[in-house]
Amino acid sequence: MKIGIPKALLYYKYRIMWRSFLEDLNCEVVVSPNTNKAIMDTGENYSIDESCTSAKIFMGHVSWLIGKCDYILIPRIESYANGDTVCTKFYALYDICRSTFPEAKFICYNVDYAHHQTEWKAYKQLGEALGASVFHTRRAYLNAKNELTVYEKILQSNQDDLIHSDNLKVLIVSHPYNIYDEMLGTPIIRFLKDLNVDVFFADIPDSADMCAKSKHLSRSMYWHYNKEIVGSISHYESIIDGIIFLTTFPCGPDSLTVELLLRKIKGIPMTNLVVDSNTGEAGLHTRIESFIDIIAEKKKRGDEYVG
Amino acid sequence: MSAKIISFPHIGSYHVPIKFLLNALAGKGNKAISPPPITKKTLELGTKHSPDFVCIPFKYNLGNYIEVLENGANVLVQTSGGCRMGFYGEVQEQILRDLGYELDFYTIDAERGSAMDFYKAFKDINPKLSITYSIAAFAVATRMAYAIDGIEEFIRKNIGFELETGSFERMEKQFLHALAQATNVIQVGKVYREYLLKFQALPICKPSNPKKVGVVGELYIVMEPFSNYCIEKELAKFGMEVTRFLTISYRLFSKKHTAEYVLKNTGSYLKYDIGADATDSVGKSLDLARAGYDGIIHLKPFGCTPEVNSMPIVQRISQDFKIPVLYFSFDSQTSETGVKTRLEAFADMIDMKVASQ
Ligand code: SF4
Ligand code: SF4
Repeated sequence: MKIGIPKALLYYKYRIMWRSFLEDLNCEVVVSPNTNKAIMDTGENYSIDESCTSAKIFMGHVSWLIGKCDYILIPRIESYANGDTVCTKFYALYDICRSTFPEAKFICYNVDYAHHQTEWKAYKQLGEALGASVFHTRRAYLNAKNELTVYEKILQSNQDDLIHSDNLKVLIVSHPYNIYDEMLGTPIIRFLKDLNVDVFFADIPDSADMCAKSKHLSRSMYWHYNKEIVGSISHYESIIDGIIFLTTFPCGPDSLTVELLLRKIKGIPMTNLVVDSNTGEAGLHTRIESFIDIIAEKKKRGDEYVG
Repeated sequence: MSAKIISFPHIGSYHVPIKFLLNALAGKGNKAISPPPITKKTLELGTKHSPDFVCIPFKYNLGNYIEVLENGANVLVQTSGGCRMGFYGEVQEQILRDLGYELDFYTIDAERGSAMDFYKAFKDINPKLSITYSIAAFAVATRMAYAIDGIEEFIRKNIGFELETGSFERMEKQFLHALAQATNVIQVGKVYREYLLKFQALPICKPSNPKKVGVVGELYIVMEPFSNYCIEKELAKFGMEVTRFLTISYRLFSKKHTAEYVLKNTGSYLKYDIGADATDSVGKSLDLARAGYDGIIHLKPFGCTPEVNSMPIVQRISQDFKIPVLYFSFDSQTSETGVKTRLEAFADMIDMKVASQ
C-alpha cells in the first residue's frame, strides 16, 4: 500500500517515526516535494482565507498527493496530557481535508491523552487499519519511536556543539513547520548563515525539559507546541545574542505568545517576523540585516565592557 | 486595606447575573461594578493595546478592563473558555500592568459552570466566604441567566414583526432593570413571568409561515450584539425569524453542546472535535439544514481558528442540503455598512428562493 505524507506541519516533527513505522508495516511512503510557489497557490485555493499560512501550505501538499498514493496520512492531535493541548488546527485537519477533498482517501490516527487516547493506542489503531497484527504493530511502533529519539539526540548534540563558537548566535523561536519550510524559514536561515551567524533552533532541545522551562516565562500557556519552543528561550538565555520570532499570518496562539514574551523578556534583542504567502524576501533581508547589526553592536560593546 | 472593587468583561446582557454573583461573593466592604457599556471607544482602546492578530474578543475585553479600571476597579476577573481564553488573562494582566495599572487578576475556569470554580477563586478575595453561601448565590445568578435567555429567545423570534418600532427594545431595557433588582430565586422567577407576559402582549404582525434563519458561530461574537452590529435585530428587520442555540444557559448547563453529544449526530461530516464551539457550529448547521431552515448565518472573529476549521465542513453541508450560508468575520476594521449590505443581499436571495419554490 502507498501512503502519502504531506511535507508540512507535523511532518517536521514526526517524519522519522512515520517513515520507519509505515515501512516496517510494508507500506510504501510518498512524501510531497518541498513547498514551492505552485503548492502554495494550490493550498491558498483550497483554504478558507483566514487560515494561517502554515495550514494553507499543508492543504497544497495534500492536494499534490491526491492520485499519487492510496491513502494520505493526516494525524489528529488534541492533547499530550490533561491541560496540555495543541492549536485547534491540529484537532481539525483530518475533518477539514475530508470535506475539502471528498475524492481523496485519508488515513488518520488520533492522539488525545486527556481523553485516554495515548500515542500507542493511536498507532495500534493505525496498524489495524493497515492490516497489521498487534504484535507487528507494537514492534514497529517501538522501533519507530526509538529511531526518532536517537535522531533527536543527534540534532541536540549537533546544536550543543555550536555553543562555544565565537560567532553571533541567534535563536529562532518558531514552529518546526515554519522554520524548515522551503518558502518560509529556510530562506531566512540561509541568509543568516550567509551573514556568519550561528542559528539555534527552538524546536531541537528535549521536549519535556522545554515544556517545564516554559513555566519561567508563562504560568498559564497550555499549547504544547508553544511550550516546547518557548522553553528554549530560558534554556539558551545565557549564550544567545538575539531572538528571532517567526510566525505566520494570522496565527492566534503565536500572536498572543509573542506579545507576552516581548513584554517579559528583558536584555536580549528580539524581533518578530510575520510572514505569509506574499512576503517578499527583499523586505525580510533588510529587517534581518539591521537586526544583526544591532546585536553585533551590542555584543561588541558588551565584550569591550567585560574586557 | 482598601476596599476591593471587582469587575469583569461584558458579554451581552449577562452583566446583570455576573455583577450579582460577584457582588454576593465579594464580601463585606467590597463590591462589584459593571464596566461602562461597550462603545466604539471601548474597541479602539482595546485594539490600541492588543497584539495585532489576536481575536477580537480579546480586544473588547481589554477595552472593558481599561474603562472600568478608570472607574476605580482594582480586581479583575477573566474566565477561561474558547480556545485561547485560558491564556487571555495572563497576557491581558501583563498589558494592564505595563500600562501602569495596579490590580489583582483572577482567571476562573468556568468551563464546567459550577459554583465551586467561583468559590475557589473568591476564597482568596473574601476569606469568610462559605461554600453554601456561594452555591446559593450561584443559583440566583444561574436563574437570572435562564431568565435572560428565555426572554431573548422570545425577542429574537418576534422583534422583526413588531408593529411599533422600538417597542421590544424598550421593554428589554425595563426587563433588565427589573431583573437587576431581584435578590433571590423567587423574585427572579416573578420578574421573568411578569415580563414574558408583557412581551407577549406587545402587538406584532407575524405571518403564519415566516422565513427562518439560524445563527451559529463563535460564542462571544454570537452573544455580544455590539460586536456583531446587532445582527439578529437587523435580520429581523427583513421579517425573518431568528433561531440561535448558543446562550449562556445552553453553553454552561446543557450537555448538548459537548463534543461527545454533537459528534453522535454529525454522521460523516465530522469525526472529531474541532475545537471550542466549532464542533457545535457544524452540528447546529446540520440541524438547521435538516429542519428545512431558509438560511444560516455563521459568525466569528477574524482569524478564529476553531470557526475557520468549521467553515469547509459547513460549506459541504450547505452544498449537500442546498441551504445558503452567509459568513461574517469581525475585527476592528469591519465596516457596519458592509455587514448591512451583505445581509440585505442575503435576505433578497432567500426571498427569491422562497418565491421560486
Ligand atoms: S499554531 Fe498557528 S501556525 Fe500553527 S497551525 Fe495553529 S494557527 Fe497555524
Ligand atoms: S474560539 Fe475563536 S474567538 Fe475564542 S479564543 Fe479561540 S480564536 Fe479567539
